[in-house]
Amino acid sequence: MTQLILFNIFNGLVIGAFYALMALGLSLIINLTNVINFAHGEFLALGGYIAFTLDPYLGFWWALIVSPFITALIGLLVERVLIRPLYNRDPLYSLLLTFGLAYVLQDSIRFIWGAQGLPLQTPAVLNSPLSPTLFFLTGYRVFMVALVAAAVTVLFYVLKKTRVGMRIRAGTLDLEMVSALGVDVRILRNLNFGLGIFFAGLAGVLAAGMLGLTPTIGEALIMPSFVAVIVGGLGSLVGTLFGGLVIGVAAGVVTVFYPSASEASIYVIMAIVLLFRPYGLFGEKGGTKL
Amino acid sequence: MNQRINLSKHHQWILWAVLLSMPYWMTLLGGYTDLATRLLVIGLAAMATNLLVGHTGVNSFGHAAYFGLGAYATGLTLKYLMPSTPAAFVVGVLVGTLGGMLIGALIVRLRGIYFALATIAFGQVFYFIAFRWNSVTGGDNGLRGFHRLAIDLGFMEFDITSSLAFYYVVLAVLALCAYAMATILRSPFGHTLQAIRENERRAQFLSIPINRHIWIAYTISCFFVSVAGSLYALLNNFASPHDLYWTQSGDFVLMAVIGGMRSFWGPLLGAAIFVLAQDYLSGVTQDWMFFIGMIFVLVVLLIPRGIAGLFQRRAQ
Repeated sequence: MTQLILFNIFNGLVIGAFYALMALGLSLIINLTNVINFAHGEFLALGGYIAFTLDPYLGFWWALIVSPFITALIGLLVERVLIRPLYNRDPLYSLLLTFGLAYVLQDSIRFIWGAQGLPLQTPAVLNSPLSPTLFFLTGYRVFMVALVAAAVTVLFYVLKKTRVGMRIRAGTLDLEMVSALGVDVRILRNLNFGLGIFFAGLAGVLAAGMLGLTPTIGEALIMPSFVAVIVGGLGSLVGTLFGGLVIGVAAGVVTVFYPSASEASIYVIMAIVLLFRPYGLFGEKGGTKL
Repeated sequence: MNQRINLSKHHQWILWAVLLSMPYWMTLLGGYTDLATRLLVIGLAAMATNLLVGHTGVNSFGHAAYFGLGAYATGLTLKYLMPSTPAAFVVGVLVGTLGGMLIGALIVRLRGIYFALATIAFGQVFYFIAFRWNSVTGGDNGLRGFHRLAIDLGFMEFDITSSLAFYYVVLAVLALCAYAMATILRSPFGHTLQAIRENERRAQFLSIPINRHIWIAYTISCFFVSVAGSLYALLNNFASPHDLYWTQSGDFVLMAVIGGMRSFWGPLLGAAIFVLAQDYLSGVTQDWMFFIGMIFVLVVLLIPRGIAGLFQRRAQ
């Protein structure tokens, strides 16, 4: 029993790490530009499929590094061409646009790579369980959690210490002021969008290694990521990270006792959080912070 | 901003003539009666969504939840509780409205993008319930095993089982709902909703209780959406988890945008275009999702004010 619970908590942690990675990207984009990126899940799928295509030529490790960058490049292009004209309009329009983009990307993926599921081979080093009693601790899962932790650390470092990061944080608080101080906000928003998509791509490669690839892989992961953003609180990246891990672990624990309620449980958590803290656990009304 | 809720009398006659005769020319154009009925039902849902999105200015992306809730409650009542079409309809509408009321109460304190995000996320709860509760809802396969039955009033019986008869039932319900919605929008309460849309802070200074009004508008909107959902289940004799899925919510909002969010009948026109395009595309190509997605992108980039907006610009 303890082993079962431990298994599901760890499993929840892995899933939560995905949610967090997705949700951090979403949050970055929402905070600076008020754009809810519905196509985030499809960018995740794109990351996985690009890695799948690169894998035979470059091997898993290089694909893991290169694929998120290519995905981010596509993201930069999408922002430049489709989303930039919408910044001055009601957020409804960017919502609808990314919504349609999700349809387009998903169908394009189906067209290019086929509707059948594809496996992404992970290196043999990572596939064996670490110990016979804790059979669920395969190297790949531990590696994944470690990589997510590293990526999040780098992200927070970039936002805290680098010039671009500081500008993004400043823009989250008052984009007009940042613009008045001579920063080109068009470039800033573009880079920020690319950064968010980079995280989706990274999550995509990792997810592909664990779950295999289907064109709808992103659809299953995007809703919990929205919930993670809401639970954590808008404007707070720490909150988003925390929210992702909490709902992942909670869904994992609920799976032990009542498997069919695992999805519903995250919504119960969201309802409770909204009841007592309308702006999320770490969010503040109006104000935004890192 | 001055806003005409309704078309002119002249145009209204044309609208009703088109709607009344639709089953007859729809078949000539290669459609079928149930397609015409679906167009009306989805149109009603889009109009109800627009009550909130277009007229109150609150971005809700979760209305499929109440649409599907109405559909499932109707189907479940017919299947398990009571073989009566009116009773099933009433249960469907009640369940959908109650669902909207509850969730509305939870999220009404949120604003803007955060509100939209919460409606999207909450919209999925019911999807997962329908998807997972296999034994009752049929899970991924949807709810089957019920049929709309003749309405028995005691002294006379309405047979609504044929496609044509049901079309006119739906049209009558649409007319009633449209009348009710137009009356609400013309009432003092309706004007406060537009005041909230145009300038929330100023509306607050006029001591309009913003949160409560948004909550009421949300509930009213959910009421009409669940009417549409109920009818949809009766139309198809089937309820699908897709009716509850978030993509359906997005479709409703897009229909409102295609037709024109600031106009009363616009969403019906948008729904007509969307439903016909979907029906046609899914018949000719496997990649219809791609084209539907392109419609989203193009409408947003090229005609953000919808078809009604095009006409208004010309009138100016």
